[in-house]
Amino acid sequence: MMMGRMRTGLIVLACLVVTGVLASSIWTIAGNPAPVDLPRMLSENLERSGVEHPVTAVLLNFRSYDTLLEIGVLVIAGIAGISMAETTARADPNLRTGDTLLYALQRWFVPLMLVLAGYLLWAGADRPGGAFQAGAVLAAMGVLLRLGGTPMTFLRPGLLLRLGLITGFTVFLLVAVASAIAGEAFLAYPPALTRPLIVIIETTLTLSIAMVLLALFVSAPVNDAEDPDEGSPT
Amino acid sequence: MIEFLLDGLLVLALVATAAAALWSADLFRAVVMFMAFGVFMAAAWVRLQAPDIALAEAAIGAGLTGVLLLDAVSHFGRGAGDKPDPGDRE
Repeated sequence: MMMGRMRTGLIVLACLVVTGVLASSIWTIAGNPAPVDLPRMLSENLERSGVEHPVTAVLLNFRSYDTLLEIGVLVIAGIAGISMAETTARADPNLRTGDTLLYALQRWFVPLMLVLAGYLLWAGADRPGGAFQAGAVLAAMGVLLRLGGTPMTFLRPGLLLRLGLITGFTVFLLVAVASAIAGEAFLAYPPALTRPLIVIIETTLTLSIAMVLLALFVSAPVNDAEDPDEGSPT
Repeated sequence: MIEFLLDGLLVLALVATAAAALWSADLFRAVVMFMAFGVFMAAAWVRLQAPDIALAEAAIGAGLTGVLLLDAVSHFGRGAGDKPDPGDRE
């Protein structure tokens, strides 16, 4: 009892110290102007980036190295998640079917979400949107389809799954290496091709992100007798 | 004034849902609270004029993570040590 109380006290103390240090550092940062005026640099160089939205310009052009690493991490996470899956989860095609309400909802939502994902991908050029959001919407659509009982055979381990998982990362990396070979810096797009390259990278990224997120959900192990509407007496 | 009130309510809702998600004994309730927290967080990002992050938070934070967590809870639920659920979820 005494030990437990002491430990709680220590934890509370540690939390308070961390909070205090964070608050003081935020306070000093907010008080002083930044040494480099990043917003001004960004708005001055926005024309060279190939897109009109500053966030997309930073993510896909000026700091595309971070995005490349991000998609790499995501692919690794997806592969790890899939490899943890039990074989029964994938061997059960007619899983979680028979919910008529979900089925009716699906017919309204799936086309809508497809259009929304396409719009988000395209809108990323000049307003909020982009590959990650579009990929997440696509994956959510896949989750809806899966819950409604669509078997999703392409997400079984195989060539299609592997290709889908790595397409985004590979295309991104190929563009990066190609520009490095052509004599520019790593990941520096040739100025004439900036916009088409960004569109291609974003599109493949969207597909890969959707596939990773969906594969994480689909490959999760499934309980038997989980559904309340399958007529199990419990 | 009305904006100040709105932001204050948003902060209160964020703290309340976060606390409820952390301290809830029922895992299912905790996950639902987490998803509500994600929605409020998205609204907060909109108020901070960061619609890009708001979109990502709503889609990934509240949506997909919530689905994955709900799936995980349904596996934990039948494990040992948890109190039996009221019949409608079983």
